Amino acid sequence: MHPLITLVVQRIALGLILLLAVSVLIFLGVEALPGDTAQAILGQGATPETLANMRESLGLNEPAISRYFTWLGHALTGDFGVALTNKIDIAQAIGQRLGNTLFLAACAGVIAVPFAIGLGLLAARHNGRWPDKLISGVTLAAISLPEFVAAYFVIYLLTQVFPVLQPVSMVFPGMGFLERLHAVALPVIVLVMVVLAHMMRMTRAAILNVMQSPYIETAELKGLSPMQVIWRHALPNAVAPIVSVVVINLAYLVVGVVVVEVVFSYNALGQYLVDHVTKRDLPVVQAVGLIFAAVYIGLNIFADVVGIVANPRLRHPK
Amino acid sequence: MRIPFSALLGLAVMGLMLLSSVLAQWVAPYGLNETVGKVWENPSATFWLGTDQIGRDILSRLLYGGQVTIFVAAASSALAFSMGAFFGFLAAVRGGWVDTTLSRIVDVMMAVPSLIVALVVLSVLPLTLPTLILVMGVLDSTRVFRLSRAVAADIAVMDYVEAAKLRGEGQSWIIFREILPNAMSPLVAEFGMRFIFAVLFISTLSFLGLGIQPPDTDWGGMVRENKEGLIYGKSAAMVPAAAIAVLAIAVNTVADWILSRTSSLKGGRNG
Repeated sequence: MHPLITLVVQRIALGLILLLAVSVLIFLGVEALPGDTAQAILGQGATPETLANMRESLGLNEPAISRYFTWLGHALTGDFGVALTNKIDIAQAIGQRLGNTLFLAACAGVIAVPFAIGLGLLAARHNGRWPDKLISGVTLAAISLPEFVAAYFVIYLLTQVFPVLQPVSMVFPGMGFLERLHAVALPVIVLVMVVLAHMMRMTRAAILNVMQSPYIETAELKGLSPMQVIWRHALPNAVAPIVSVVVINLAYLVVGVVVVEVVFSYNALGQYLVDHVTKRDLPVVQAVGLIFAAVYIGLNIFADVVGIVANPRLRHPK
Repeated sequence: MRIPFSALLGLAVMGLMLLSSVLAQWVAPYGLNETVGKVWENPSATFWLGTDQIGRDILSRLLYGGQVTIFVAAASSALAFSMGAFFGFLAAVRGGWVDTTLSRIVDVMMAVPSLIVALVVLSVLPLTLPTLILVMGVLDSTRVFRLSRAVAADIAVMDYVEAAKLRGEGQSWIIFREILPNAMSPLVAEFGMRFIFAVLFISTLSFLGLGIQPPDTDWGGMVRENKEGLIYGKSAAMVPAAAIAVLAIAVNTVADWILSRTSSLKGGRNG
């Protein structure tokens, strides 16, 4: 077998094992903590008898290991059970909200990626001079802020100082595409900011790393302009790290959406998760937690695979 | 030793925030939960930073809230630090299955963003100060573990460690008397980063309503309480948000300076 395929298969297998381990953490780790689902449903006023009955009816008297495998088996077939608080089917509730979250993340990704690469190239081109310092300074400040603080600065700026947008993002089923875009403008701007800063800094670092190679010096010495050096020689060699950087940062959107959705009261998966953490609705939290973990790990595997495939040294082994 | 202006400014801001928060009981003009004015009053001579959504003085709440934010962040980063450094050193010194087990556990914990793990865990645990500190500290210790394991692995092969082993010193001697003093400078810079991460983490949790619970408050919680105001054009939420931003940037400049200083020290030793 081609060694490249072996590497890719190994990487994917490793990722799947990691995901399995995380699912154990999400299920058994939480089970091991004090307090259980029966207690959570009945609250403080529970008598020992009602507690015992509730545990019996929820199947909580089974050993944790067998409950884990039941849960995992159902989760793999898309059955997450019903929410404790309102008895609504979890998979259905997730299905309704997943689209909204993906729409938000996709908009942010589509805008952030070209911007990040462009700014990264610009900063690398003017390494050490004022455009680089300006871009690096602003992105450093953006990285040091938590997402919700950055969000409120953007809200304040665009609704109070320059009132062009509304501070709440509502999307309804049946809304037109353009209407939807207008409704999510603010959260998208915030998400772009959060992801852009990381992505741009890593792009810049990847290009500067390549710029230290001897063939770049040769290109400079034969008289190519700096932009030509970057475009013809540095960029093709930096594609693999840049693609990895882009995908890793898209995975970072997983955290971003949770906070940003709460900031804008945007009805989607992150808001759903936080709501049910507050309500102590464990099955919902475990289901959504597993989905976020799977997306995050999946994107990370994808980044690694792209890195392996795009690396010419691995593609043509000696 | 020359301290750059940005780091000096960062230190001054940090010191001021720390001092005024510690002294909140004495310097705050009003009580934490004292309703003293109308809803969302603008800043004035009586209320320097205005009033909040039920007419409490924002400056006073900011000072008391700062106490909570800084205490929780300091406690959880201290926990993260001692746990992470201890297990990291242990993994490096013992090697073998101890190292493998610890490293794999950390891999799993770091495979998912801390916020997601924290949300899952906090849906079961009670939202009290000790559990918050514990959860944040344990989640954050993974990063310290990786760093201190790497640092200690470099030190563990030094001649003086070998000498200590040959003289028959125990594991705790090697960890605390040989490795710890030599690993101090990269770890101190890391402490700054951990602290700021903890500030952001507790603020985010409180903002989501899963951190500090009323009647106590912290800066993230204050943003949450006042966020509706932005719809009516009241910018009270911006005050605690700005406080978080200022503290974050101040600690970052100082950590940056310590980091550059320790790496230049290393360069000096080698060259």
